[in-house]
Amino acid sequence: MWLTLGRRIGGLIIVMLLVATMVFFLTRLAPGDPAALMLGDQATPEDVARLRAVYGLDKPLLVQFGLWLKEVASGNLGQSIFLQRPVTQALAERAEPTFFLTLFSVSIAALIGIPAGVASAVWRGRAVDQIVSGLAMLAANVPSFWLGLILIQLFAVRLGWFPVAGYGDPGAPLADRLGHLILPASVLGLVNSALITRFTRASMLDVLNEDYVRTARSKGVSEARVVLRHAFGNALIPIITVVGLTAALLVGGAIVTETVFGLPGVGNLVVSAVLRRDYPVIQGALIVVAAVYVLINLAIDVIYTLVDPRVRT
Amino acid sequence: MTATHPEPLLAINNLEVSFRTEEGTVTPVRGVTLSVNAGETLALVGESGSGKSVTSLAVMGLLPRPAGRISGGSILFRRRAGGAIDLAQASASEVRRLRGAEIAMIFQEPMTSLNPVLTVGEQIAESVRLHRGLGQGDAMRRAREMLDLVEIPDAGRRVHDYPHQMSGGMRQRVMIALAMACDPALLIADEPTTALDVTIQAQILALIERLRREMGMGVLFITHNLGVVAEVADRVAVMYAGEVVESAPVRPLFHAPRHPYTRALLDCLPARAARGADGRRVVRSIPGTVSRVAEGCGFAPRCEFVRDSCRVGAIPLESEPDRVVRCLRWREIA
Amino acid sequence: MSPTLLFFRRLFRRKLVLAAALVLLSLLLGALLAPWVTPFKPDAMRLARRLKPPSDVNWLGTDEFGRDILSRIIFGARASLGIGAAVVAVSMTIGTTIGLFAGYFRRLDAPVMRVVDAMMALPDILLAIFLVAVLGASAFNVVFALSIVYTPRVVRVVRASTLVVRELPFVEAARALGVSTRRILGVHVLLNVASPVLVQATFIFAYAVLAEAGLSFLGAGVPPETPTWGTMIASGQQFADDAFWVVLFPGIAIVLAALSLQVLGDGLRDMLDPKLRKAL
Repeated sequence: MWLTLGRRIGGLIIVMLLVATMVFFLTRLAPGDPAALMLGDQATPEDVARLRAVYGLDKPLLVQFGLWLKEVASGNLGQSIFLQRPVTQALAERAEPTFFLTLFSVSIAALIGIPAGVASAVWRGRAVDQIVSGLAMLAANVPSFWLGLILIQLFAVRLGWFPVAGYGDPGAPLADRLGHLILPASVLGLVNSALITRFTRASMLDVLNEDYVRTARSKGVSEARVVLRHAFGNALIPIITVVGLTAALLVGGAIVTETVFGLPGVGNLVVSAVLRRDYPVIQGALIVVAAVYVLINLAIDVIYTLVDPRVRT
Repeated sequence: MTATHPEPLLAINNLEVSFRTEEGTVTPVRGVTLSVNAGETLALVGESGSGKSVTSLAVMGLLPRPAGRISGGSILFRRRAGGAIDLAQASASEVRRLRGAEIAMIFQEPMTSLNPVLTVGEQIAESVRLHRGLGQGDAMRRAREMLDLVEIPDAGRRVHDYPHQMSGGMRQRVMIALAMACDPALLIADEPTTALDVTIQAQILALIERLRREMGMGVLFITHNLGVVAEVADRVAVMYAGEVVESAPVRPLFHAPRHPYTRALLDCLPARAARGADGRRVVRSIPGTVSRVAEGCGFAPRCEFVRDSCRVGAIPLESEPDRVVRCLRWREIA
Repeated sequence: MSPTLLFFRRLFRRKLVLAAALVLLSLLLGALLAPWVTPFKPDAMRLARRLKPPSDVNWLGTDEFGRDILSRIIFGARASLGIGAAVVAVSMTIGTTIGLFAGYFRRLDAPVMRVVDAMMALPDILLAIFLVAVLGASAFNVVFALSIVYTPRVVRVVRASTLVVRELPFVEAARALGVSTRRILGVHVLLNVASPVLVQATFIFAYAVLAEAGLSFLGAGVPPETPTWGTMIASGQQFADDAFWVVLFPGIAIVLAALSLQVLGDGLRDMLDPKLRKAL
């Protein structure tokens, strides 16, 4: 078990290195000189040259990459061009709304998707299944930003139940800030519940056909217990994966929703960085998001060993 | 308990099971009549597709829903508390309360029949807690006893094992322990040794035999293997195309088979095939595919004694002492 | 009956799949014939009639410049579906090629799959917006960026199927007969991985339509003056309080397009893969 885990960690480090390589070289495809971009139109060529020297932009590309990689590995993601502070600090300031948004969205998605998927598998082919599968299909194909705009119109503008946008004042109590997340988290929860529903249904259908489910029935175990303990206990393993991956992809994937709801999160930071061509921020955000994805994958592996005795022993 | 009761433990009468499929309704079981007495082993023999497993699932109330249902006949089971219950008519929850408590079942595939995420102890204990109302501690103690009973060494430790830590033979022992945990009156064993090595097979058969003797339960033993039948059975019921075509005590059946299908089946045994001076009789068709006939004898298309009257109407079960046969010509060809 | 006809008959036996195909067909026809079927020119401004609700003149209302929303949606289908189709074509071509090689030649497998893993460690929209930021916002670059985003998915699917097909007896037989590797890959293996690729194509089409809308909405996609469903919602959102239809109808167009592609893909998968049909 430790060996497999070690091998997984090795693989994940390679993935991170590749992500970093991709991010660095793709950024360099961008037209224009980063130094000139930083200084704006008024800069003299001498200013630009001096800045290039400061940032090491005059060195060969591979040397630059090596230096950059060393900095990244030691936790320094560079300096934002427009925000006048380190990228790590800018990201940290934006972490809270993104963290809670992800947490709430995944919770909502799982709370909708898992029971719906189980019900749909148990009553396969019946009305429940058809309704659930139809709704899941619909949810998977609704653009989250559009659903966000519609729900804002309905619940915030017309009914006034929720704040229209924003994250409250920085000084406001946490509960107040979190209240701003109800609507966006519902949107992301609904949209992302689709995948969890379909996945839960498929893995429950697999498991319900297993011989050990028949064994459980042959013991006289009630149908509810057969489904919830014997079948779900086994279906849970793949379901954990899909819930984990949903969480991992939401950390950077909620960009559009954050923008619609004016949440000052990581996604919002990335969008403004993109519009201002603030490359260090974009690079840093990409690396952090990929790292979170990789860490969540690792966490899923660890949870596996806790849930599945075949992996544990 | 070993004495034969006046009334059988399980009496299946003219059972019919039908399935709704995309191609329409099919009846894999359409005329099963058999009985199992307390303390005896009845072997239900037939090739795959003959309906023997479906019959056992019908008794257990485990027909795949909603496609399959019992569409005729009765399954009378004598309850421990006294009185008989018709499992064909009983509600799902009534049948469920009997399952695991008074009727238990073991299956063909020991490798996949145990839940991989629960310890074997938990799986045995679940049954006792459910039917006997024992607490967790007592139930686990019972699980340990049961592992001892099925001759699993070091039961105290193995009770905490997961199925994947055990061999196939070991798992089948666990399945038996699980089935026996509540002292059932009837054990249904569906090809319990087919998936096992020959040596393990013999051990498992001996174990079932020992438990039957000690606990006095009736066993409905489903198999396609006539060698196994000779070893375990007191009586035999032969199934073909969804019907019981002949049933008799094991010795008379082996020595003087009446139904042409039974005769053909026995002729396939290696010992007899070698002996036959008149050459070996062959069942003329591809083995394993049972052609369905709308009317008359199900075996007619493959029978060497067939004549026109075999192809019309329903063939009645004829009985003589200790034996029933579903054939129009059995007296002539005997 | 010809096999093709039989194929469509079986596919459309399910009413939902038939409905999806019809919706898709009408969207495609609308896009192709836009100049002839729209009641108004998509950029004809009539400030006197700005932000008018749906009426018998402007069936889906007018936007902030008095432009007819229905006409803009039909013209928008050109860009939205066109970009989606281009993304499918590019990512399928590149992804299938890479996937075939990765699955067939063992030595390529590990490195290729590592890169695929790395690309899939970034959320679709984040990777896309990054690429568009680097390359600059234009329809061409949106196609380019989304193709890069969805190619790894195709690689995965093709590689997995190739791994299976490679071991099948007929490939062995072809090799034994001296058939060239190029022909084995390009004909025998390719034909056998075609159905999962086809299914994946419809899904990627749906994702691409959704992603294009998202990028345009963020201002990192097609320039705002080009009508696409995404840009219509983006420019309309500030007027949504008074004129919800400006936002509502382009969104419905997106949902209809993506949903019918997905339904069609599901129908194809159920038919082409009997094992999956049993499970679903």
